[in-house]
Amino acid sequence: MPPPLFLKREEESVRKMQNALNRFIPFLRRGWYAVLAGLLILLWLVGRFRENPVLFAQFMVDGIRLGFVYALIALGYTMVYGIVRLINFAHGDVFMVGAFTAYYATTRYHWGFVPAMLLAMVVCAFLAVVIERVAYKPLRDAPRIAALITAIGVSFFLEYFTALDFVFTPNFINYTPLPIKFKTWDVAGVTFSNIMFIVIAVSTMLLVILWYLVYRTKLGKAMRAVAWDKPTARLMGIDVDLVITFTFAIGAALAGVGGMLYVIVYPQIRTFLGVMPGLKAFIAAVFGGIGSIPGAFIGSLLIGMIETLSQGYLSSTLRDAIVFSILIIVLLFRPTGLFGEAAKEKA
Amino acid sequence: MAALLEVKDLHVFYGAIHALQGISFHIEEGEIVTLIGANGAGKSTTLKTISGLLRPRQGSILFKGIDLTKVSAPKIVSLGISQVPEGRKIFAPLTVRENLEMGAYTRNDPKGIQESMERVFASFPRLKERINQPGGTLSGGEQQMLAMGRGLMSNPKLLLLDEPSMGLSPLLVEEIFRIIQEINARGTSILLVEQNAAMALSIAHRAYVLETGNIVLEGPAAELLENPLVKAAYLGR
Ligand SMILES: Nc1ncnc2c1ncn2[C@@H]1O[C@H](COP(=O)(O)OP(=O)(O)OP(=O)(O)O)[C@@H](O)[C@H]1O
Ligand SMILES: [Mg+2]
Repeated sequence: MPPPLFLKREEESVRKMQNALNRFIPFLRRGWYAVLAGLLILLWLVGRFRENPVLFAQFMVDGIRLGFVYALIALGYTMVYGIVRLINFAHGDVFMVGAFTAYYATTRYHWGFVPAMLLAMVVCAFLAVVIERVAYKPLRDAPRIAALITAIGVSFFLEYFTALDFVFTPNFINYTPLPIKFKTWDVAGVTFSNIMFIVIAVSTMLLVILWYLVYRTKLGKAMRAVAWDKPTARLMGIDVDLVITFTFAIGAALAGVGGMLYVIVYPQIRTFLGVMPGLKAFIAAVFGGIGSIPGAFIGSLLIGMIETLSQGYLSSTLRDAIVFSILIIVLLFRPTGLFGEAAKEKA
Repeated sequence: MAALLEVKDLHVFYGAIHALQGISFHIEEGEIVTLIGANGAGKSTTLKTISGLLRPRQGSILFKGIDLTKVSAPKIVSLGISQVPEGRKIFAPLTVRENLEMGAYTRNDPKGIQESMERVFASFPRLKERINQPGGTLSGGEQQMLAMGRGLMSNPKLLLLDEPSMGLSPLLVEEIFRIIQEINARGTSILLVEQNAAMALSIAHRAYVLETGNIVLEGPAAELLENPLVKAAYLGR
């Protein structure tokens, strides 16, 4: 077991549950059950695949498309967690604002796809910076639970405030016309849409830019230094608050694009649309290892595929139950997720 | 000529704890000054206050005539003060090169930064061999070298060193202290905080002894080395 990083460190109750598991179901801790469960699931999937390979491929394709959208949200969760150890529950609602921004820009003001996307990025980045400065920064030195509760408060505020009649209204809105014409191709029975390619292309491009930013630019290196050790980062002359603000802005800009792509894929808009994708992307981030950028990406693809497979073969109600139980399983057995940093020991 | 750094009547608190109770000292250009004292005397607190991580409740810190107590931490670095913190505090996930780049964060002259890096590698050849390795994978001694190299990357006029010998083998301590003298010979003034008083006094020009937030003794290092009180309390005989 790697040293757990996530909630366990603070949540005594989780530790207690783990101890209970240790005592009463010791075989659960030995690892072979995971291999066994994995094998069973794999077998089952192989069975489904052989039954109807085309359908299976279709689910995978849809899952990947969904996974790329989740990745755009999950990156913001993981970057913000990495730098201020805060689960920013308002992130899903920033995503929603991105969706609305793109919707209004393309329908009411007839902006093109790319300008609308850029606008969604700017609006979301700005919103996140305001949230960070107003709600989180004053709590930087307060116990972490205070900031977490504040994040939930901000989330509700965004959902209900934007649902007011003079903001976005509480209604469902159909996204028509879409900013891109919907086209589909049939390849050996599997349907590919141009939207899927746009989702994958845009997300991949943003991921590459993000990678470059974090690992190759001065700002990115400063972000990693601040994530590791704030006082020492300040000794280097790094403006820690500014770097944190940038991190929020970058994560939110990605979520803004995610919001736009999401409502193009599922063109039904309302102010609560960020809740589920936000939670799923959060789970993806934890699954991949919260704080890890590659983890958030891989976790998102996996969650996307798990979702479409369980929706396709089981039911859409079970789909959500399955995804949420992944969160519980990961937290219990491997809180650092697939790629999570081992908890750092600080002197 | 005015001193390079002039600390006057500095009071620092942690909540109700009065950690520095009105200390005054100065550093002349070109000097190695050492601040020695037992655990909890307030040595690190002094350095953190100079670097702007802590704000004093009272007193002033004049550097080249500017009062640092009113200057932000990044500005203090660009004015020419850099600190090598206690416990090295390497950015473990960043490579050796990236750690050094962070030391030069306030600079915007790529050429000059490259030159500084070459100079650091000349002093610490081992760092060059490890240039693309994450800082966290270095040995303790190498991490100390990296921390010092990182501190030098801003081209400081004044280098603050917090217990550079901590946890190192005697041989490595010798090497580190030799390098400190080299750095000083190239024109950087040094404020050296140490528990290893014998070593610190052997390379310093002047010294101050800090006891529970007060300076209780000061003078040329060679004199303190002979002082019976210092001998009894800090030199182990
Ligand atoms: N963050 C803090 N909160 C409260 N008290 C602190 C804090 N940091 C230091 N202190 C107290 O301030 C006093 C001076 O601490 P400081 O770290 O400056 O000592 P030091 O001389 O560097 O000791 P050492 O040799 O152990 O590094 C100590 O009594 C210490 O307990
Ligand atoms: Mg100390």
